[in-house]
Amino acid sequence: MTNETEPVRPPQGMSRREAMLQLLRLGGVAAGATGAAVWLSSKSVRPVPAAAEQARRDHRTAADPRWPQLTVVQGGEPRALVQRSLQNLGGISRFISRQDVVVIKPNIAWDRTPEQAANTNPEVVAEVVRQCWQAGAKRVIVTDVSCNEPRRCFQRSGIQAAARAEGAEVILPDPDLYREVDLGGVVLKSWPVFIPLLEADKIINLPIAKHHGLVRATLGMKNWYGILGGQRNRLHQQIHQSLVDLANFMLPTVTLMDCYRILVRNGPTGGNLEDVELKKTMVAGTDPVALDAYVAKAYWDLDPEQLPYLQMAAAHGLGTVDFDGLHFTTSQLGG
Amino acid sequence: MKISRLPLLRRISQIFFFFLFVALLVLTTLRPAAGASADLHMRGPVRLFFEWDPLVALINALAGHAIYRGLLWSLIILIPTLFLGRLFCGWICPMGSLQHWVGSWPSESKRGKQRIDSNRYKRWQTVKYVVLLAGLVAAVFGSAVLGWLDPFSLLVRSFGLSLLPALSVGARAVLTPLEHSHVGFIRTAGETLHTVLQALLLDLRQPHYAQSVFLGVLFLGILFASLRVTRLWCRSICPLGALLGAVSRWSVLGLHKVPESCDNCNRCLLHCQGGDNPIGGVPWHKSECLMCMNCVGACPHGSLQFRFFRKESEVATPDLGRRRAMTGLAAGAVAVPLMRASTGMGKSRNERLIRPPGSLDESDFLSRCIRCGECMKACPNTALHPTLEQAGLEGLWTPTLVPRIGYCEPSCVLCSEVCPTGAIWQITPRDKGWVVGVGQQQQPIRLGTAFYDRGRCLPWAMATDCIVCEEWCPVSPKAIYVQEAQVIDSAGNVKTLKQPRVDPSRCVGCGACEYACPLQEHPAVYVTSIGESRSPSSQILLNRK
Repeated sequence: MTNETEPVRPPQGMSRREAMLQLLRLGGVAAGATGAAVWLSSKSVRPVPAAAEQARRDHRTAADPRWPQLTVVQGGEPRALVQRSLQNLGGISRFISRQDVVVIKPNIAWDRTPEQAANTNPEVVAEVVRQCWQAGAKRVIVTDVSCNEPRRCFQRSGIQAAARAEGAEVILPDPDLYREVDLGGVVLKSWPVFIPLLEADKIINLPIAKHHGLVRATLGMKNWYGILGGQRNRLHQQIHQSLVDLANFMLPTVTLMDCYRILVRNGPTGGNLEDVELKKTMVAGTDPVALDAYVAKAYWDLDPEQLPYLQMAAAHGLGTVDFDGLHFTTSQLGG
Repeated sequence: MKISRLPLLRRISQIFFFFLFVALLVLTTLRPAAGASADLHMRGPVRLFFEWDPLVALINALAGHAIYRGLLWSLIILIPTLFLGRLFCGWICPMGSLQHWVGSWPSESKRGKQRIDSNRYKRWQTVKYVVLLAGLVAAVFGSAVLGWLDPFSLLVRSFGLSLLPALSVGARAVLTPLEHSHVGFIRTAGETLHTVLQALLLDLRQPHYAQSVFLGVLFLGILFASLRVTRLWCRSICPLGALLGAVSRWSVLGLHKVPESCDNCNRCLLHCQGGDNPIGGVPWHKSECLMCMNCVGACPHGSLQFRFFRKESEVATPDLGRRRAMTGLAAGAVAVPLMRASTGMGKSRNERLIRPPGSLDESDFLSRCIRCGECMKACPNTALHPTLEQAGLEGLWTPTLVPRIGYCEPSCVLCSEVCPTGAIWQITPRDKGWVVGVGQQQQPIRLGTAFYDRGRCLPWAMATDCIVCEEWCPVSPKAIYVQEAQVIDSAGNVKTLKQPRVDPSRCVGCGACEYACPLQEHPAVYVTSIGESRSPSSQILLNRK
């Protein structure tokens, strides 16, 4: 019943103390809102992309007259080819020091098995990982930015299993792992680059030689497409200049080109075993231009005039197309 | 008075099966296999709940005249229901459990009266039997449209295509700033959390699906209807519940009421899930009861018990009535011919309706596909999306490949491995024939054929090198071949370019060219369904090698 509850008090004015507090509260909110609004409005500038960092990655090994700049090893199984190639070049410790963070960049672009020869041979990757550990590396990372679905590529290429079996970290191209950097190229300026490749102490390029519809052969320098994120399907429009731009941005410690099996037609994806030829060869060295020139000549009979990017790269001081003039060794393995 | 432990046991069972469902759904994705470079297959019982679903088996049998693969397992739900009633709805079904949970949110003191009233048996609860009848008649006419309303279809579609992707967006929105923080320990915490979530819940790439918003809002609407009427979906729509309700009429387990000790406190009604009148004085509705045991646990006098072989007055069969039954039968009989009289299936198929590899021809496909979205969840490229109008009204929410978002991976057959009904028949990478066997005796499975839009293609229209499509073409010999041509650019210089063309006898319609084309929003090469191998009436060439 209403008459049992507290009687209703007549309305009263606010005490002076309450009024002051109320005014203080209001004033505080008003001052806060004004301050925040002025501060935010001063920040209102038209958004411009942050300037990308200049990030040329030069991991080159200094030339040493005792060792060749290019070596070709033939007639062996993948692991033996790697061992002999590195031995010819002066051993892994010439390239990898203790406590190095090494990133190995094979070609893991396609959902293909090793027999189909569209990705670097997994045994080649595994042997390089093993050698890096021998040289005392702190971390050995195997990674690539695949074209096909990365989980499929890493699995079916056999590289994930082979590299993990040797204790390497296998990093799949996570969409959150790119950083926008300035490649400083003629056509390639600001591009997202896969972070593990930016943070390495040493980088080993492990491409596989394949046929390619547009440039005729995809070799060592083309492997750097796989460090980029972003809309890289535009690179074909100026493929030679973009290859040179990338080669001038990412200069590897050493390159070992897998020519164990070669995709001679229908590259770079292949798929048909009839397109694959067994060559049992590895071409390795510290001159990326000479490496590509040698392999293009050896397997596709292409002269540097037919591969403009080689001449452009040579003119840029990235190496020489004249591999015959280099310090150059050839080894024949038994079997 | 001994307090019944049955509601507690039921709750444990519900929680277990709900998390089992979520775990299996999260596992419905591409996972690495043991063994280097092995073919990748779907592992684990990811189709489990569909195989338990007698409704799916029944639709499959009526519409497809066969029971596909594991669907025979649904007998393990059907047989116990015959003896024990709708235990499945109350104890196992995750759709029911979610509604049960949401229904428990409103406070008893504020909403108790409304809840007691709404939990008395209502005549509209028979709507679900009408739905079931209509759907089964539609199945006899060769259409599995009842899959729209199957509870597991609803769950997989809503969670897989909407709620989990949304959760992923949300998680990334929180994690990304943490991972890019300048403070070391916040960054470490963010990275750790990311690793944990990645392992448990998130996909490698953020998935996006067509109609995601619509599917999600629809599901949340159904779920939150339970705030007003407990398990509104189960009581009024769910055709699986209706089937189990109809089957439970002979069950030997039933509610034993002691009306003498009942003082009409309404506690049983307050907690009733099925709306089956557990209270004394009125007959119990057997086909509505979900066996949740809440009434047994709630009764302060112990006057309610479940007993075997009791003899009491009850309403055992759904009180459907002749008129309602006829309505259901007529609705099903009219709906399918009406939908098929329209264009879409018989005539003038949508050119962009590209079915997953292994799909049956369209009429067989629609008689089997229950629109569950398992294939879309499994696709590693999130290339499969629910249709809106592309397959006609009858084909709503069936899968279609959208190459601009993702192409069909050459050696992947996951969608065919998860399909519970055989609409996408299970195939192997060898059957698919895109990588091995092309150019040999075996014909590859083709999804369609690629065509060039020469007005947009760079080498054709803009004197610019490209042929990324040729690079990506996965078959060997490549279906895209190039020809050198002399073109003149705007400055008048003569350039030699490679211009791409399609050989339709080699093209398998995977969509990799369309996906890789730099003209992303409207690619210069695109796939249409003509030439799909499942359809003999949709071919271009007289003789495709």
